[in-house]
Amino acid sequence: MTAALEAAEMGRKVTLVEREPYLGGRVIRMAKYFPKLCPPGCGTEINFRRLRANPRVTIMVDSQVASITGARGDFTATIKTRPRYVNEKCTACGDCEKVCPVERSDSYNYGMKNTKAIYLADALAMPFRHSIDMSVCKGADCGECVKVCKYEAIDLAMEEKTTTITASAVVHATGWKPYDASRIENLGYGQIKNVINNVEMERLASVSGPTEGRILRRDNGEPPSVVAMVQCAGSRDENHLPYCSSICCLVSIKHANYVREQYPDSDVYVFYIDLRAPGKYESFYRKAMEDPKIHFIKGKVARIEEDESGRAVVTAEDIIGGGKTRVACDLVVLATGMEPESKSVAPLMAKFNPDGFILEELQGDAGLIACGVASGPFDVTTSTQNSTAAALKAVQAGARR
Amino acid sequence: MADITKTGAYICSGCGIGDCVNVEALATVATKEGKVAFAKTHPMLCGAEGVALIKGDIASGAVTAVSIAACSPRVCYDIFDFGESAVLDRIDIREKVAWSQEPGHLETQALAEDYIRMGMVKIKAMELPVPFIPEEPSKTIMVVGGGIAGMTAALNAAKAGYKVELVEKEPALGGFANSLGMRLPDKAPYDAPMENDIGQLVEDVIGDDYINVHLGATINKVSGGPGIFDVSLSNGTDKAFRAGAIVLATGFNPYDVKKLTKLGADLPGVVGSVEFESMLKEGKAPPKRIVFILCAGSRDDEHLPYCSSVCCASSLKQAWLARQANPEASVTVIYRDIRTTGNMEFFYKQVQQDPGIFLTKGETPQVAREGDELSVTAENTLLGGKVKFMADMVVLATGMVPSTLDPSVKVDKPEDQMQDFDRDQVGKASILKLDYRQGPEVPDLKLGFPDSHFICFPYETRRTGIYAAGTVRHPMDASVAKNDAIGAAMKAIQCVEMVPRGEAVHPRARDLSHPEFAMERCTQCKRCTVECPFGAINEDEKTNPIPVKSRCRRCATCMGACPVQIINFKNYSIPMVGAMIKAIDMPDEDEERPRVLAFICENDAMPALEMAGINRLRINPVVRFVPLRCMGSLNLQWIADALSSGWDGIMLLGCKHGDDYQCHNVKGSELATIRASKVQETLDRLMLESERILVDAVQISDWQRLPKMIDGFVEQISEMEPNPYKGF
Ligand SMILES: Cc1cc2nc3c(=O)[nH]c(=O)nc-3n(C[C@H](O)[C@H](O)[C@H](O)COP(=O)(O)OP(=O)(O)OC[C@H]3O[C@@H](n4cnc5c(N)ncnc54)[C@H](O)[C@@H]3O)c2cc1C
Ligand code: SF4
Repeated sequence: MTAALEAAEMGRKVTLVEREPYLGGRVIRMAKYFPKLCPPGCGTEINFRRLRANPRVTIMVDSQVASITGARGDFTATIKTRPRYVNEKCTACGDCEKVCPVERSDSYNYGMKNTKAIYLADALAMPFRHSIDMSVCKGADCGECVKVCKYEAIDLAMEEKTTTITASAVVHATGWKPYDASRIENLGYGQIKNVINNVEMERLASVSGPTEGRILRRDNGEPPSVVAMVQCAGSRDENHLPYCSSICCLVSIKHANYVREQYPDSDVYVFYIDLRAPGKYESFYRKAMEDPKIHFIKGKVARIEEDESGRAVVTAEDIIGGGKTRVACDLVVLATGMEPESKSVAPLMAKFNPDGFILEELQGDAGLIACGVASGPFDVTTSTQNSTAAALKAVQAGARR
Repeated sequence: MADITKTGAYICSGCGIGDCVNVEALATVATKEGKVAFAKTHPMLCGAEGVALIKGDIASGAVTAVSIAACSPRVCYDIFDFGESAVLDRIDIREKVAWSQEPGHLETQALAEDYIRMGMVKIKAMELPVPFIPEEPSKTIMVVGGGIAGMTAALNAAKAGYKVELVEKEPALGGFANSLGMRLPDKAPYDAPMENDIGQLVEDVIGDDYINVHLGATINKVSGGPGIFDVSLSNGTDKAFRAGAIVLATGFNPYDVKKLTKLGADLPGVVGSVEFESMLKEGKAPPKRIVFILCAGSRDDEHLPYCSSVCCASSLKQAWLARQANPEASVTVIYRDIRTTGNMEFFYKQVQQDPGIFLTKGETPQVAREGDELSVTAENTLLGGKVKFMADMVVLATGMVPSTLDPSVKVDKPEDQMQDFDRDQVGKASILKLDYRQGPEVPDLKLGFPDSHFICFPYETRRTGIYAAGTVRHPMDASVAKNDAIGAAMKAIQCVEMVPRGEAVHPRARDLSHPEFAMERCTQCKRCTVECPFGAINEDEKTNPIPVKSRCRRCATCMGACPVQIINFKNYSIPMVGAMIKAIDMPDEDEERPRVLAFICENDAMPALEMAGINRLRINPVVRFVPLRCMGSLNLQWIADALSSGWDGIMLLGCKHGDDYQCHNVKGSELATIRASKVQETLDRLMLESERILVDAVQISDWQRLPKMIDGFVEQISEMEPNPYKGF
């Protein structure tokens, strides 16, 4: 959104292609940003507002680029738009949801909540329209939603659409996905109910999430009294992600804040190798260190096991204190790293480094630009900054000089 | 003013509106009370037929102003876009009525009717804005600072076709990078330092005929504003030019190592990392035993409370280079955390492979001289407990101080005459010398870096058209600084393109409205010039305000500040909101139907309220919401109007303020809070309780809490006597 808006406000035409039915990427699904602990919806809404005011941006959701040909200054892209089964006439009034008989596991909430087959991703969703998950919809045999919709907005026979556009530059801003923590065998993710990853933690803390913002044990819904954060879960590890994901230390400090704010009696343990809070983020870390009930322990977690009561027992070395520690926790949050979503852009001329990031030095001056987490593991402010830069690089590809 | 006889009201009954309220009655209110030409109802205004209906009326000349009572303006914005062909206003009776009120209830109908009344007087007071375009705007970009960031910004602006004036205070380009031997890797596989290629960048800049370089130059003055910055500088001769926007890339100064006496900086053999870097550059062989102490003066309240971000990586580089220069050398690095984020991790791993480099965590290091050796002790190390290392040389890895700071600067004014922004100048370097009433430099945050919305909109300083880049903005390494500079160049280009179109820049991007001052009634009180968060208003010698419009972000803080209400926008004004406040049908004192007025920030609190509606939460029906551009635009006249027209309670719902402020206009909600605290006098005069006014910070994610908070306030108001001024 940033790259698109910066170029459009300058005066260029932009087509914004988004795979999901809504804009906002990963951040719109988060509860708060470090270090201000402010809601991501605030900044996202400003960008929505900028988009509303700017007809130079054509928004294509449910869409992916199928192919790109051409060269700097003269690309042709073919864009495939998945059928949403709900058209522009939708007013998001929600009558359809009331009558839809089937439920689906909601990917927006990482499967921790259900929606109807016809759903609105979020109250802040842009575009503010429903969509149908055809993998569970009963189709024309049911058609309850079609009957109830007063606006002729539902079209169960909608088909995939192909659009061709020309462009002078291509910006890849395809972001990341959480590293699959179940691949880290000793940490019990997927086996132990009370072991979750950090994106799930964001949903638990969101008022629009599965627990309306309350952080609760995943097995019995009880408030936790001991919570652990396990750093570098998959990052800085040759067998998983060799690079440092840059943000997970700060994310875990943020998560410690979530827990401590809700449960004044709780204890939070953060197991880390190095606590990376660069620049101005240092004061955010410092504030957490001043809380006597947030315990920072330098040491790698050896394993996590479940005890009879469903608690997750963390065993870790304690480098400073010496020896090993064992902490029985009600909830363990794995600070999983960010893995680039590179596979989805593979056919689009982009070149990747071995970790899947699209790097500038690999692209040369080809009019192919990458920004945000597609180009490296960055936080929001750095992503915003290099997306603004990406907008200029894109503008240069179309400049006559 | 919109011509009310040429105004059409269009009322939608779709999305449950028709099931919730009597829309025909709303239409009657619009025509009978609002006196508009006509009111039409439609079951789906946003459909093709509804839109055609409106467009037809505009095309036939039947209307020149369109008031649509339907959904929130946050949706269907593209459908209800009639460009400049008509004045447009949207009245939200979907999220704020149909989706959040009890259908068919008396109070629900009353609420919707009041929103129509308010909407009718509002559109009557609105006009299409006429863009303000400064005379002879320039599209040239001035870049201040010729280091990596500045040069990169200049080159990239030039590449996009913009002329650049590059101002460097030293006699040569290059900045701090000139003093580096090798540089940190910024390309895969990131496993070894790279050749310092600053020379190439300098050559590229000098060779670019779009870039005009001023070396050894000092800025004397920058006047005007975006599009029309008039710059005068001297470097031997005096020069003057006009620029449209400014990139501030003046970099950092290394923290003064001499201040680190607690780390032995005064002992022979103890050097700062800058000195060590030049040793390496000059090819001097490093001694045999070297100890690096990281975070020397950073992450330390006595010195720099923040982390300087690059000292970990640059010390690893120096350790590595020292070992190259002297393979006999053994190097110890004492760190608190090794912060090599992202791909720098690969370099860290490479350094860890070197058996001659020992890396250990260690706290509270102490340095002492023992004969002709140095000793360094540290606690809590990886070797367990306290450890002592002997050394021939100790390198203190000093941090970065933004170049905007200069501790020696004092402000030449008696304390009692100092304003906030005078105090802000204490300890600040003199760089831009802005001819701004609020002071000559860019305002900063408590750590000395330029103030900005540093998460979402990092480039926005509090001076429109001036964008900071590189280490002056935040501690960062050179590769990040390069990208940062390209982004800042983009913002500058945007600014020089938008200003000549009369458009506001971020965050009200593309807004064409701007404040107009009815100077004949000005009392020279200086409120507007002091309160504008962006320093957009200058003053003449008689303290008359002189708005420099291209500096304006259109937040209307000045409008809120003015005690005699002379500042207004064509489509947003004190009379407009005043009329809305007075427009409602105020129930009589004995009806026991209180009325509460809520001024609500349209950026965050308003979407939160709408999300409450979208989630079908009940919102108390006695409250009428008036959206404000920013809480900073709240004028106390409105509070007086509300109290004297019988409102029982008033809420101000804006953004959080303080160090972690969320107000898009930095100071808006803070100023509104200060202003509200001053209405006590009005309340006393009217003999009303101060509890009738509530100020609360509402975040966009607060939609669940908001209705409950409102209920609580209404309950409190209901327990009081009704406002005795009803019916006056
Ligand atoms: C748990 C967690 C918490 C975090 N909290 C913070 C925080 O508090 N503060 C902070 O600064 N940073 C935080 N971060 C980092 C932050 O999430 C990233 O910096 C940010 O998401 C980067 O934005 P992006 O646009 O690059 O990527 P994304 O948010 O991933 O956006 C990429 C978009 O591209 C779309 N897309 C992908 N592939 C395609 C395709 N082929 N075609 C079309 N569209 C496609 C995706 O659907 C998505 O909408 C956190 C990270 C984690 C893991
Ligand atoms: S940010 Fe922290 S948790 Fe994440 S990979 Fe880097 S060091 Fe590990």
